[in-house]
Amino acid sequence: MNIKGKVYRVGENINTDVIMPGRWCHLTDDAELAEHCMEDLDADFHKKISKGDVIVADDNFGCGSSREVAPLSIKASGIGGIVAKSFARIFYRNAINIGLPIFESPECVEATEAGDELEIDMFGGTIINHTKGREFTFAPFPPFMKTIIEKGGLKGWVLEKLGK
Amino acid sequence: MGYTIAEKILAEHAGTEVTPGQIVNVPVDMAMANELSAALAIKELNKWGIEKLADPEKVCLIPDHFSPAKDINAAGIAKVVHDFARKHNVKWYLEVGRAGIEHAVIPLEGIILPGQIMIGGDSHTCTAGAVNSFSTGVGSTDIAAAWATGEVWLKVPRSARLIYNGKLRPHVYGKDLILHTLKDLGTAGATYMAIEFQGDVFDQLPIWDRFTMANMAIEAGAKTGLFRFDDKTRELVESTPRYLVDQPEYHVAKPDDNAVYALERVYDVSDIEPQVACPFSPDNVRNISEVKDVKIDQAVIGSCTNGWLEDLRRAAEVFRGRKVADNVRVIILPGSQRIARQAFDEGLPQIFIDAGCIFSTSTCGPCIGGHMGVLGENEVCVSTTNRNFAGRMGHLSSEVYLTNPAVAAASAVLGRIGTPDEV
Repeated sequence: MNIKGKVYRVGENINTDVIMPGRWCHLTDDAELAEHCMEDLDADFHKKISKGDVIVADDNFGCGSSREVAPLSIKASGIGGIVAKSFARIFYRNAINIGLPIFESPECVEATEAGDELEIDMFGGTIINHTKGREFTFAPFPPFMKTIIEKGGLKGWVLEKLGK
Repeated sequence: MGYTIAEKILAEHAGTEVTPGQIVNVPVDMAMANELSAALAIKELNKWGIEKLADPEKVCLIPDHFSPAKDINAAGIAKVVHDFARKHNVKWYLEVGRAGIEHAVIPLEGIILPGQIMIGGDSHTCTAGAVNSFSTGVGSTDIAAAWATGEVWLKVPRSARLIYNGKLRPHVYGKDLILHTLKDLGTAGATYMAIEFQGDVFDQLPIWDRFTMANMAIEAGAKTGLFRFDDKTRELVESTPRYLVDQPEYHVAKPDDNAVYALERVYDVSDIEPQVACPFSPDNVRNISEVKDVKIDQAVIGSCTNGWLEDLRRAAEVFRGRKVADNVRVIILPGSQRIARQAFDEGLPQIFIDAGCIFSTSTCGPCIGGHMGVLGENEVCVSTTNRNFAGRMGHLSSEVYLTNPAVAAASAVLGRIGTPDEV
């Protein structure tokens, strides 16, 4: 599976209060979540994103609250995946569980700028920066996580377990 | 190789040997959510077509974030959760008026016990690590999956051992120890680790300071923050309402002597002064003597971090016979109804009200910029809560300084950040 899109670049410690402020945590509708995604960082975020675009971030992306509306709003805004130097753990598992692909590749982050064209081969373990003409690798997902990702999130695993 | 507390609990639940990095599916003893995380989890369950919960006795629902309902939307969400609880006969649905803030309610009611695993749809679920339980925050999809299957997938974390020795100076408490730790480790310093807190300092402090420290383990990125079981833990656990009724068996998790820790620190805390986390991160910590002339508009004292009875006592001691400074609002947030009741028994709310504070109902409202004390443009707040990210408690330009309850109370009297010695 490949993800291809333009880079939206952010820095380190992007916390979930910034991704989806507390005042919007009662929302559950995808369109409304997308509209407010990242608004305290960039009020026009949702207008700038085309389907498949990639967020590229420094360390500790998604730190803070466990609010699942944070990754949900990013997915709803059309973002195809996130590449970061590292992720906060609750955000990491929430993203996997809801089927938002995320990758840790410090080398790619270092070399990538806003607007670059990225192509990610999810299970091949490579990220190509077409703008810079460079290729990077990331560690493969552990088998259990790969299963969840292949099923599009935790839902598939639950239904299989329950024999549905 | 021996086990840490976290490894011991996970191995026992998985029924196999475990090593850090391994992913295990384990049965959960409690899957908890507040009204916001529950609403999303219920939406997922409905999408998945799940009609039956694995075990309604292992489900806990506590409306606390936008509760009592702040507006019509919040009331609608609370109703979804209430109806779900009723339909599925959820054992631990605790309504407004019988509960409080989830993390203060759960250990005090005995809803989680030592050696057990709890997942919660809130990052501060790690608070219950103070009673030797593996408690960790997750998202709504994990909660939905646990309600449906009774299980959760967990990566076995590496463990960190943080040891605190020495004799504390006056007005230095658990909050200062964890802020001091955050200054050292940073907000990602313990990412994906289980922290074990140890040291002789915990013999001097009441058990409540352990909750404050476990609560903020997540601010260092940790999966949970665990304390060893001792006489103080036993006394608390065995006096909870659930224990007094059922006397459930529980299995204490004691770390092995040859357990392996990925990170170790020994802090001599004899000389530390009250700590202040300055805007806009819980790890932007300074000694209070370095924080000069910060005028405040509001003080929030309480929450899941510092809303324990001992915290209210510490704040009341400062407010007794004094007045809140002009131009300052003070909101006292007891952790739970039980704690508020005990505070009344000791005459604490009277002291707060005489000083000019609001004695609020238990809610997460102000801490998340939700309701009941939201900050306006450029306002400054000293708060005993756990996060001070930009916009956390209201307007993006507002600023939050995190302190212990005695310092917050003194600051409210002074009208600027200061210590109880100055009032």
